[in-house]
Amino acid sequence: MIRPLAEWYDLRDIGNAVGALLEQIEDWGAPEWVPYVVSGVIGVLAILLWTVISVLAFIWIERRVVGLMQNRIGPNRVGPSGLLQPVADALKLLFKEPVTTHNADRVLFWLAPVVIFIPTIVVFAVIPFGERMVLADLNVGVLFLIAIGSINTIAVFMAGWSSNNKYALIGAMRTIAMLISYELIQVLVLLAAVLFAGSMRLGDIVAWQQDYGVWLLFLQPLGLLGYVIAGAVEMNRSPTDIAEAESEIVAGYHTEYGGIKFGFFYQAEYLAGFAIAAVIVTLYMGGWTLWGVEEWVPGWLIFLAKLYGVFFIYIWSRGTLPRLRIDQLMAFAWKFLLPLALVNVLVVGGEMLLWQEADLSSGEALPLFGVINALLAVALIGGWAWFLGQLRPERVAHRAILTQEVGAIYYGEAAADL
Amino acid sequence: MTIKSEPFVVNLGPQHPSTHGVFRLRLTLDGERIIDADMVMGYLHRSMEKLAEERTYTQNIPFTDRTDYLAAMTGNLAYVIAVEKLCGIEAPERAQWLRTIMCELQRIASHCVAVGIFANDCGAWQTPVMHMLRDREKVLDLFEMACGARLTLNYMRIGGVSRDVPPEFMPAALKFVREMPKKLDEYEDLMLENEIIVARSRGVGTLTPEQAIAHSVSGPMLRASGVAWDIRKADPYAAYGKVDFAIAVGTNGDVYDRFVVRLAEMKQSLRILEQGLEMMPEGPVHAQLPTATVQPIDQPVAPLAIRPPVGEAYGRIESPRGELGFYIVSDGSPAPFRFHIRSPSYINLTPLKLMSVGATVADAIVILGSVDIIVGEVDR
Repeated sequence: MIRPLAEWYDLRDIGNAVGALLEQIEDWGAPEWVPYVVSGVIGVLAILLWTVISVLAFIWIERRVVGLMQNRIGPNRVGPSGLLQPVADALKLLFKEPVTTHNADRVLFWLAPVVIFIPTIVVFAVIPFGERMVLADLNVGVLFLIAIGSINTIAVFMAGWSSNNKYALIGAMRTIAMLISYELIQVLVLLAAVLFAGSMRLGDIVAWQQDYGVWLLFLQPLGLLGYVIAGAVEMNRSPTDIAEAESEIVAGYHTEYGGIKFGFFYQAEYLAGFAIAAVIVTLYMGGWTLWGVEEWVPGWLIFLAKLYGVFFIYIWSRGTLPRLRIDQLMAFAWKFLLPLALVNVLVVGGEMLLWQEADLSSGEALPLFGVINALLAVALIGGWAWFLGQLRPERVAHRAILTQEVGAIYYGEAAADL
Repeated sequence: MTIKSEPFVVNLGPQHPSTHGVFRLRLTLDGERIIDADMVMGYLHRSMEKLAEERTYTQNIPFTDRTDYLAAMTGNLAYVIAVEKLCGIEAPERAQWLRTIMCELQRIASHCVAVGIFANDCGAWQTPVMHMLRDREKVLDLFEMACGARLTLNYMRIGGVSRDVPPEFMPAALKFVREMPKKLDEYEDLMLENEIIVARSRGVGTLTPEQAIAHSVSGPMLRASGVAWDIRKADPYAAYGKVDFAIAVGTNGDVYDRFVVRLAEMKQSLRILEQGLEMMPEGPVHAQLPTATVQPIDQPVAPLAIRPPVGEAYGRIESPRGELGFYIVSDGSPAPFRFHIRSPSYINLTPLKLMSVGATVADAIVILGSVDIIVGEVDR
């Protein structure tokens, strides 16, 4: 249940202030649609402002952090500690000439950056930043997330196809193949989370975690794993940055884009990352709640801290991991993650049946479910990897043979003896 | 219903993030699979061999820096060995040891780049290569101490080396030799054990020992295929006959093994360095050269030019990339009559089509990275 409005200056939830404003407008006797439109406009502006600031901040953070990981300094010239570097980059992109390549499909070429940009912003409409800070509190929020998330695919294909470039086409083909496979996994792991919470409304899922005082990641380790990996695929980050693999296909589907059109792709990529992190935080990490701390610290600050923390993991992986090959990534989706996700849904379904039949709504069975699911996750991952032959000796790392014998030939069998 | 499909030609390069210079690869693709691969070379052709025929033997040494610009020391050495054979000169003991030390330092520097860039080709976005370059910098600092230059060193001379190392070189080199093994262990743990690197490179670009020999492949690529062939052991030059080291050999001949062999070779180089720094004698670093003082009217060359007797010589060494050979024909004049470079990068590229047909685009990049070409040396 949503608590009643607090005082307008209660910044633990900005929804309080907006709610107070709307009540005031109603008191003035405005028609019914006015508060509706006003709240919408406030929400849209707030989300846009937040995304722009976050993206600019995180471009700087990512470059500095990855710089540290790579044993170099990173941007430090524009402004104090290079803080204005993202602003300078954005201005540069704005002033660059938008080049359209020869023989490009002009309409699609111009439309693609727009089409990719809109869904990445729209996703944030259903994310509860705080108890009252959700722009569109849809009762099918999870479904909305999945549906909007798959629009990306169309935009990427538009960009890759229209730019009349072979690298772009390869990148687009790779993206389509990847996104379609991993969307399936996303749906299945989200389904398991929804089964637990019993609602598709994101606010309800957070409330469920708050009520039982447990984050879903403890109950759904397998689901979290699947979603983190599928998320990395969707946001095109290492180790799954196959669609724009720099060392292979230059920049993938946006090879031919420059100026602010490239800027749109770049920002869309960041926003997709934030969206994935927001979903992980909301579904698996208790959203804006933190076991009672949200009474003292604004919930939206908790939410943002968690979101940036999750996003940082993706930055980290970008700074450390090599890239998989497309066929390996597809095999991983279909052979590894999909069966695991299906088993996960089955197990969660069984647990929920037990929950309902035995009437365990006070939550005493949750620790048991958590232990079962964690053990199951370990057993399934290990067992399935063994079954697929990922642990065979020839797949394990080895070292060189050291010899003094000039001209001797060592055949492959020797590796097995080592 | 059948969907019409046709092969698709992609030009990888000459301007591409990971063709290691201006190398061009024409790939014919069936989806992601490569059905044909053509190499197009010559974008960095600088006519080194012809230029060298117009210059004196000493003036040619800087050219050898610029063929394989990541291993200038070994380039220098192969050339001066060929000329020394031609003239019948023997470099003094200390010069021989200095050459050995410099070549092994160069091997470490070059393999650092090779391994780092290989990880970059695998998609490990710049991190490994930056760490490897950090260690290469230390080698370059040592080179700077020894000869003032960092990249195009021009250190070797016909009959010795250009100058003795300064007193601060020895402690600095010893410090490097002590610190490096820890770093190498770290790289082995981080990269060879990485699941994604193993998945990307195991069984990719496989070359059997027979194929490798048939294509005249040399260096780490040949050793990765299981052939224990190293010119430092097979035909010792400089002071390699006096040091104890092992040949690192792989068994599968795939990209992963090339990577393994390079990392193991860096450790062996450190072993050689350790012995070299300990065993190096005092003495002169340059032999007396037979020079002629008469300047011929038709050739605008230096008055004190080396004039080897009429004949031909082939000097070969184990460069970081393989057998680097210089074939020089002398007609008795101050400039070589014929100057030919047997460059390992060029010859190691010959089985590229064999290795990449049937693989995917991503594999082709990794395979090309594992050959470790230097386009300056491929095109010369």
